[in-house]
Amino acid sequence: MNNRDVTKSRPGAPVPSGGQGETPMIGAMSNDPPEPPARTLGEAEGAASRRRADLIFRWLATGSGIAVVLSIALIGIFLLIQSVPSLAANKASFLFSAEFLTTDPANLRFGIRDLLAVTVLSSAFALLLAMPVALGIALFLTHYAPAGLRRPLAYVIDVLAAVPSIVYGLWGFLVLGPALVPFAEWLNQSLSWFPLFATGNVSIAGGGTIFTAGIVLAIMILPIITALTRDAFRQTPARHIEGALALGATRWEMIRTTVLPFGRSAYVGASMLGLGRALGETVAVLIILRTSASASGFSLFDGGYTFASKIASAASEFSQPLPTGAYIAAGLVLFVLTFVVNAIGRAIAGEKVRG
Amino acid sequence: MTTTDSLVDRPATSPAFQPISGGRKTKNLFATVLVTLAFLLALVPLGWLLVTVVVNGFEAITTSTWWSHSLKGVMPDEVNGGVYHAIYGSVIQSLICAIIAVPVGIFTAIYLVEYGRGKLAKTVTFMVDILSGVPSIVAALFIFALWITAFGFPKSALAVSFALVLLMLPVVVRSTEEMLRLVPDQLREASYALGVPKWKTIVRVVLPTAMSGMVTGVMLAIARVMGETAPVLVLVGYSRSINFDAFDGNMASLPLLIMNELMNPEAAGQLRVWGAALTLILLVMLFNLVAALVSRFSAVRSK
Repeated sequence: MNNRDVTKSRPGAPVPSGGQGETPMIGAMSNDPPEPPARTLGEAEGAASRRRADLIFRWLATGSGIAVVLSIALIGIFLLIQSVPSLAANKASFLFSAEFLTTDPANLRFGIRDLLAVTVLSSAFALLLAMPVALGIALFLTHYAPAGLRRPLAYVIDVLAAVPSIVYGLWGFLVLGPALVPFAEWLNQSLSWFPLFATGNVSIAGGGTIFTAGIVLAIMILPIITALTRDAFRQTPARHIEGALALGATRWEMIRTTVLPFGRSAYVGASMLGLGRALGETVAVLIILRTSASASGFSLFDGGYTFASKIASAASEFSQPLPTGAYIAAGLVLFVLTFVVNAIGRAIAGEKVRG
Repeated sequence: MTTTDSLVDRPATSPAFQPISGGRKTKNLFATVLVTLAFLLALVPLGWLLVTVVVNGFEAITTSTWWSHSLKGVMPDEVNGGVYHAIYGSVIQSLICAIIAVPVGIFTAIYLVEYGRGKLAKTVTFMVDILSGVPSIVAALFIFALWITAFGFPKSALAVSFALVLLMLPVVVRSTEEMLRLVPDQLREASYALGVPKWKTIVRVVLPTAMSGMVTGVMLAIARVMGETAPVLVLVGYSRSINFDAFDGNMASLPLLIMNELMNPEAAGQLRVWGAALTLILLVMLFNLVAALVSRFSAVRSK
């Protein structure tokens, strides 16, 4: 910092952009190292410039923190502002209509009923598949795998998270979907009395069903649930584990009485975060799911669009404000949905889950 | 203990350690098998997916023009051309994103670890958590609403980078925060005791100690955003030829190229789809590998 002009200007030290909140920081000032008493003029100047440098640095840090908070607020505000005109011009019920007609700006008819149904069904199915497997993997990686192999094996699971979602989409669409067709047809034929396995609105033979998409989503959210649950399981107090073993518990009994109760909240919280990921997954679902003319019947063999895939599918046609606003309204609903799911997940998991 | 003597003197009728009953043994074995199966089950899609991509993509990426040419003037059914324009796009968009997200992310982490107290710090922590859960399509829509609709700028690679910033920021903050918390307080206190101001302590003592972990985190964050598809679908047009200008015009990226070639029914299109997928995985793995190497060669010694 330059030393010349600062002796008197400390109260006016520059505040970086984004700094509206001055008040919350006052309390933290006491944490600073004490300022040495000024003796000569030169030293006093040095001390003042130090104070100024400290202030600038503090404000840069605080400003960045505030920027993060602001960005979330801005996301909500901007999506809301730009969807309001379209919602006002909407001629169908936004919540209960299955139509999504935006080609004619003068006659907008859009509703999120089917988007919500497909989104929730595919994500819930994915979660149902992923939760038990993730629990098993987390236990395997913390208490069953040989100690020397735990790190490399955990890394293998992390590779699943590193694969881009578009590659999952390709694989699900071109490889897994066709491979699952016989199994899906068998499920449909033998269990069609059960609503989830009823014949849906797209052909099972094409593979582009919620069934395929849900399985791919399950694979995609496996690593995050596993990683967070594993971290929590690893924190189980050694005294508890050793106590259980000393009392003669088998490995499974030890896990049931110490590890699972300790990590349960983190496991449920991590699963909620996984659910949030599945709800917002875009491109894999966009590639896999076939579109359908008829409405969703809440069957796993339906096709259709999720919120995210609907928005992405129309992305190249965003030009006029009113039709675009319809998709932004759908995006707002998705944002609120994931916000709530994530917040609940964090609240359940408490301090044990960071990631 | 009056009974002890008589008990000790009596001959033991049964051993002090009972054998584990059959039912408990079975349950234990059952759990072991299930847990191991769960792990093996997860390996199936991973292996299947990687093998599929490598087998199908190998032919494309080993053609002579793959790494050095674009698809400019290449017919849809022609096995020719390459993806260097898309690789450039993917890398440049991620790097511009990193240039914005890394400083903000590191400063946010510094705030949370070194300064943050009270309500604001709690809010920031919470919002970072929420931001990490924001779907990429929502981030893309937000940038569309802000940058393109409200400010009137055209679609460009820069807009993509802005959307990626929102996705990268929480990853950088998390990893940096974790690393800064590993730096022992004694180092800070020793620095304060020598009269070093707080900001200089952070810049000269805390950050260098945590540097390798932070670099690892940033590398992983770049790898994560590189594969994002939703922002490029919404915020930039596709181009079959190279465009070096991130501020203007259409620009290809590997995910966008895949989405476009998916609509190409020719065999050459399929080839390019798998080739681009393999290239993308290799690129992501490269950044992951660099991250792993950096963290291996220098790690924070916390104790």
